[in-house]
Amino acid sequence: MASDRIFGLITLITAVAYIAAATQIQTNLFSGQFLPKLFPYLIGAVAALSSLVLIFKPDPNPEWPQSPTWINMAIAVAVLSVYAVLITPLGFILPTMFAAGIISYQISPNIKNAVLSGIGLSLLLFVLFKFALGLGNIVAYKIPTLASLWDALTILIPFVGGH
Amino acid sequence: MDILSNLALGFSVALSPYTLMLAIIGCFLGTIIGALPGLGPSNGVAILIPITFTLGLDATAALVLMTSVYYGAMYGGRISSILLNIPGDEPALMTTLDGYPMAKAGRAGDALVLSGVASFVGAFLATIGLMLLAPILARVAFLFGPAEYFALYLLAFCTLGGMASNNQAKSAIAACIGLGIAMIGVDSSSGLPRLTGGNLHLFDGIDFLVAIVGLFAIAEVFFFIENHGKGSAIGVVLDKVRIPWKDIMSTKWTMLRASLVGFIAGVLPGAGASLGSFMAYMSEKSIAGEKGGFGTGVPKGVAAPEAGNNSAAGGALVPMLTLGVPGSGTTAVLLALLMTLNITPGPTLFRENPDVVWGLIASLLIANIVLLLMNVPMVKIFVKILTVPAWVLLPGVTMISFVGIYSLSGSYFDLLLMIGFGVLGYFLRKLDVPTVPVILGILLGGNMEDALRRAMTLSDGDPSYLFSSWIAIGLWVAAFAGFIAPMFLRNILKKPQAVTD
Repeated sequence: MASDRIFGLITLITAVAYIAAATQIQTNLFSGQFLPKLFPYLIGAVAALSSLVLIFKPDPNPEWPQSPTWINMAIAVAVLSVYAVLITPLGFILPTMFAAGIISYQISPNIKNAVLSGIGLSLLLFVLFKFALGLGNIVAYKIPTLASLWDALTILIPFVGGH
Repeated sequence: MDILSNLALGFSVALSPYTLMLAIIGCFLGTIIGALPGLGPSNGVAILIPITFTLGLDATAALVLMTSVYYGAMYGGRISSILLNIPGDEPALMTTLDGYPMAKAGRAGDALVLSGVASFVGAFLATIGLMLLAPILARVAFLFGPAEYFALYLLAFCTLGGMASNNQAKSAIAACIGLGIAMIGVDSSSGLPRLTGGNLHLFDGIDFLVAIVGLFAIAEVFFFIENHGKGSAIGVVLDKVRIPWKDIMSTKWTMLRASLVGFIAGVLPGAGASLGSFMAYMSEKSIAGEKGGFGTGVPKGVAAPEAGNNSAAGGALVPMLTLGVPGSGTTAVLLALLMTLNITPGPTLFRENPDVVWGLIASLLIANIVLLLMNVPMVKIFVKILTVPAWVLLPGVTMISFVGIYSLSGSYFDLLLMIGFGVLGYFLRKLDVPTVPVILGILLGGNMEDALRRAMTLSDGDPSYLFSSWIAIGLWVAAFAGFIAPMFLRNILKKPQAVTD
């Protein structure tokens, strides 16, 4: 019940914000005054209507995980995000080793297996992608400078990094 | 005779040693992907698209490879359904109903081979149906103007929403999420950015591959973290595998009927393979009656959904190729593949790129035969693959997804976006919101808006133009029926519950 209501509320707010953003769409002579806005309006309207239905007629709650699992999943998101920004300054192997190992540990908490799958996957996948499939833009490793690491990590801080 | 000469053209494209090799590799990979719990046809194909793209294969080669993976994954899905009682994706759910009880009764080998044969029959007949029906539909599609196309896209979202979810409001929201995302980026007519919030990374729009891989593959990781990879141990023993001729002969009419039902379900835009296997199973169940023993592990209960499922997968290619409207989640992913290869599906595809279309059809036939030959003797090898533990499989899938997306653009932004879609996918699936309409929305949003805008331009802004032809009116009516009808039918056509231990 509550889950669907919250979800409906979030989508309703998003839909209204979407319509508001759509009113600000710039137009010019080629596109006409109204046409670039028409379809976004329709989408927002259908979404808002469906959200209202959901708020007034919610389904039963799903089985949400316990709080330790939430923490685990938040860690997974953090690890993957750091992995995403470090793959450029550090190269493929080192970040992959850590990311794969941590995800493995989170699925099944066994240090030995996690270390093995981290090392194994990073080397195996590198060989597979670089030499068997010939993907060009993967580099085995890079020696980062402090500045490049800092640049990469600030991407994850809102309003500070990212270009 | 047109068909035969076209088919000859197709085979001349698809039967070179190189493409044959790709077909075999694709079938093998696909079966593994389908067999692995947690990886179905949709996410399997999705993960491989960026990699195929960066490999620099030409259009035909890439198509052969990916359709082989697609068909292979449909075949492979049944292995985990039968042995683990875990459907790889939604259409495979019906196979667990009789497949798992049959495996528990010590007939796992028989069930696997029988379902393989049923898959072959379904897919083979559907490919023939595709050959016959697609050119006709392509000719009809020339009558479609912008108003008809707009109604057709709407029909796809409505039927998909009606079938895929238990709650219409939720599938409508899902479709709106996808369509809303598709609007982001530079507007083609004005050249000005829309809804980007000034972020330069968003000017090109959001790549649907990023969304697909995030929603399907990354979201799966969160589910495995939640369950700690439980429920992936084989509970049944597979001893000697032999060919159960008796069962195959006794289910031949079941297979034929199920293929027909599945094909029809597959052709409906948006309905797809889930409906195909469901309808095939339910119709056979009612033909067999109470004495048929459906649900207790009878051969017919294994053959029907598998034939229906694979036939629907073939049928779903008909609207995808002729109209550009996919009939299921996986065909949506295949449509994404075609779009990355710069091939626009639609009626003109048959006229302008006959080598691609008929090469594709020929490669489907080839893939089918390869799969049948591969699956019967090698089923034991594929069963071994099920024992790959989740703690190495899921990190592997994640890393492959990252590399695939990274190799597309080399940008951290797409990777972060993909993680975001993974989180979104987790919550959507938890809340029973279907994710396929999101994908479909991102894929088709641009075209759907285009149709609407052209219709509005042609009619000088008169909305009644959208209902100006009988085809358009028919499509609107079908769309409403497809959206509304499941609400009333839901009580009558209750989905059977999966068997529990």
